[in-house]
Amino acid sequence: MRNFVLLILALLPLTGLAQPWEDQRVFNPSGTEGPVRILSSTDTTIFAPVLDQFLSRNPTVVIEYLVTGTADIDRRFRADPRAFDVVISSAMDLQLKLANDGLAWQLRNVSHPDWAQWRQSLFAFTSEPATIVINRQAFAGHPIPKSRQDLIQALRARPETFQGRVGTYDVRQSGLGYLFATQDARASETYWRLMEVMGSLDMRLYCCSGDMIDDLADGTIAVAYNVLGSYAEARVEDKDTIEIILPSDFPTTMMRTALVSANAPQPDLATSFVRHLITHRPQAGEDDFMLPALTPHDNGHDRAVIPLEPALLTFLDALKRRKFLAEWEDAVIQP
Amino acid sequence: MTARPPVSGSLRNRLVLTLIGGAAVLTVLLFFTVRNYATQIAQQGQDNILGASAAAILDSASIRDGQIDVDIPYSAFSMLATPSDDCVFYAIYQDDVFLSGYKALVPERGASDRGGVYKTATFEGMEVRLVTVSRTLIGAEQRRQLHVVLAQTQDALSETLDQISRNAALLGVGFFSLAVLLSVWATSTTIGPLKRLADSVTRRGPQDLSPFAKPVPSEMVPLVSSLNSLMGRLDQSLGQSEDFIAEAAHRVRTPLATVRSYAEATLQRVDREENRNAVRSMIRAIDESSRAASQLLDHAMITFRADHLDRQTIDLGELVGELVTRLTPLAEMKDLELNLRAEKGVVCSGDPILIQNAVRNLIDNALKYSPSESSVDIVIAAEPRPHVCISDQGPGFPPDEVGKLAARFARGRNAEGTIGSGLGLTIAEDVATAHGGELTLSNLAGGGACVTLSF
Repeated sequence: MRNFVLLILALLPLTGLAQPWEDQRVFNPSGTEGPVRILSSTDTTIFAPVLDQFLSRNPTVVIEYLVTGTADIDRRFRADPRAFDVVISSAMDLQLKLANDGLAWQLRNVSHPDWAQWRQSLFAFTSEPATIVINRQAFAGHPIPKSRQDLIQALRARPETFQGRVGTYDVRQSGLGYLFATQDARASETYWRLMEVMGSLDMRLYCCSGDMIDDLADGTIAVAYNVLGSYAEARVEDKDTIEIILPSDFPTTMMRTALVSANAPQPDLATSFVRHLITHRPQAGEDDFMLPALTPHDNGHDRAVIPLEPALLTFLDALKRRKFLAEWEDAVIQP
Repeated sequence: MTARPPVSGSLRNRLVLTLIGGAAVLTVLLFFTVRNYATQIAQQGQDNILGASAAAILDSASIRDGQIDVDIPYSAFSMLATPSDDCVFYAIYQDDVFLSGYKALVPERGASDRGGVYKTATFEGMEVRLVTVSRTLIGAEQRRQLHVVLAQTQDALSETLDQISRNAALLGVGFFSLAVLLSVWATSTTIGPLKRLADSVTRRGPQDLSPFAKPVPSEMVPLVSSLNSLMGRLDQSLGQSEDFIAEAAHRVRTPLATVRSYAEATLQRVDREENRNAVRSMIRAIDESSRAASQLLDHAMITFRADHLDRQTIDLGELVGELVTRLTPLAEMKDLELNLRAEKGVVCSGDPILIQNAVRNLIDNALKYSPSESSVDIVIAAEPRPHVCISDQGPGFPPDEVGKLAARFARGRNAEGTIGSGLGLTIAEDVATAHGGELTLSNLAGGGACVTLSF
């Protein structure tokens, strides 16, 4: 008995070291091939239909689906690239850097539009806009803001309503939040003014879209900025309490991307999964897959969509990031 | 038949091979030149963009509060986007201290404020083009050297180069095919005059020894002029010998006629049989010599006239009829009958003197070889070609010698004992050939020779 306690005490630090997953599920555990380990930032409930569809065509494959934040995905994957087969993330910049650093496998003969893939190794399969999501109650009797500028005015007009009830990503923790923030900052100065206003209202910071929408739905916060519209759309039961606004001044649209690890333990299965992911999308309304499909824009001139290009590396530079975060903290965290 | 001269190679092949070989060498040279040049330009293009991008990063550096601050502009990496999605790596160093980027990238020595250092290297297993730029930053009481290393993979470049190589190869193939066509054309143009000269030599008649008058390329002038001078000498010496023979025959014939008339007179006067026989033999020998002399003269005349044919329209029947009338007394002396069967209006174009000469020689022959109390038939017809056919009832031609009898001085085996020079058939054949016709010798089924002269 004493030995058992000692053993538990000895193992404790180990369990403490391994951070827990946000979610971890094994699909088709009775299969014989695999498992294909998918590291993803997409919630299991949202992604499950795609996995089920793949498994219905490949019934012998086992899939282990591991969910964590975008920044954590990058950290874990870089720490041990041999442990995972497929990486799916909404943080395009981190994904592009993985591919740039040679950690992604180049797939041959995949016909995918040029603007939606990079180096035949990083493949986009959704386009999801960043949105402003509001709690309808907080705006009852007041005009609904249509743009960032409108939002700034609305917040300034009724600070007592919004004090402590606005939220956005903590860009220090979330890869996607950082991507949205840097792209917004690049597009317009409005972003910084909005951050200052929201900072002055004692803004709440979140790690993920899901938590923000939860707090919106129960009224903890009234406004969430840069939330993934697709996640909000998925909350059918909250349709009456929340409203999703696509800012009309300038939209920022992210493409969710997938890559096969260059050191994948199951390279063939991983490759066929990624091929399936980008070619066999369920038709809208046909299935309950809730991520919006790639909007076909003919030649990549849609400025709203963040392009897959090496410029995404810019804000990942250590010095640049340090400078950006310092500015962001100056704006958001006010004494 | 002339023997085929020994052959050493072919001018045409030598020329074509030399030209094509030259074209092939030029093509290969062209291909590599174009490719090298294009490679340089493409590499220069990549270097320029890399340099501009690195300079933009360098420009964004400043010293703030004693600390180096590098604010990489978004456009610096944006301009490095390529159709092949090349990877980009960079590193920023202050003096020798790593600040940011990829630590494995080490700056090249030698970069200064004045210019960057370019290099092709391998980074993380990938072939990259690498530039190092450097700048001195001067702040309050400090000098800092900032290095920026920027590297890019060369996928787009090698794709461009592949494309250029393909195009250069296509260009080369096109150039080569054109060169081959041109060299074949040039060769046949060059060889052409030589072939035309050879053809015109071959086409010439056996008697035609006139010089070549057609203009030839200057390189062929020595050949043609030596050919002309050779033929001139040949013509001259042939002419001289013909003249000599004609002169000799003429000189012999006249005294022979005198000798013959004396011999005839003597024959009247001598009574003793053995003396008469001796004189008769003498007369026969004189006849033979005289006939040979006149045939030699005929032959020389024919050789001359054949070169300058005096063509007229001749009624064959009329011409031969006149001849038959003239020869009838001679035939009657030998108890022979001359039968002429001529179709009306058989007309041909030719030299009447030559044709008459030829037909007379043939009738002479027939009269000579015919036995007494027989007849010589002469038939003139227009079909298939205008022809004169003379047949006798003599011994005919020895079948194995038919082909050779028309040669000069050739006589049949069975001709011994008959006066003759062997020139009769030769003259007839020469005349036929000069008119583009032919002489056919055959034997009749019932015995006797048959000679057909057709035009």
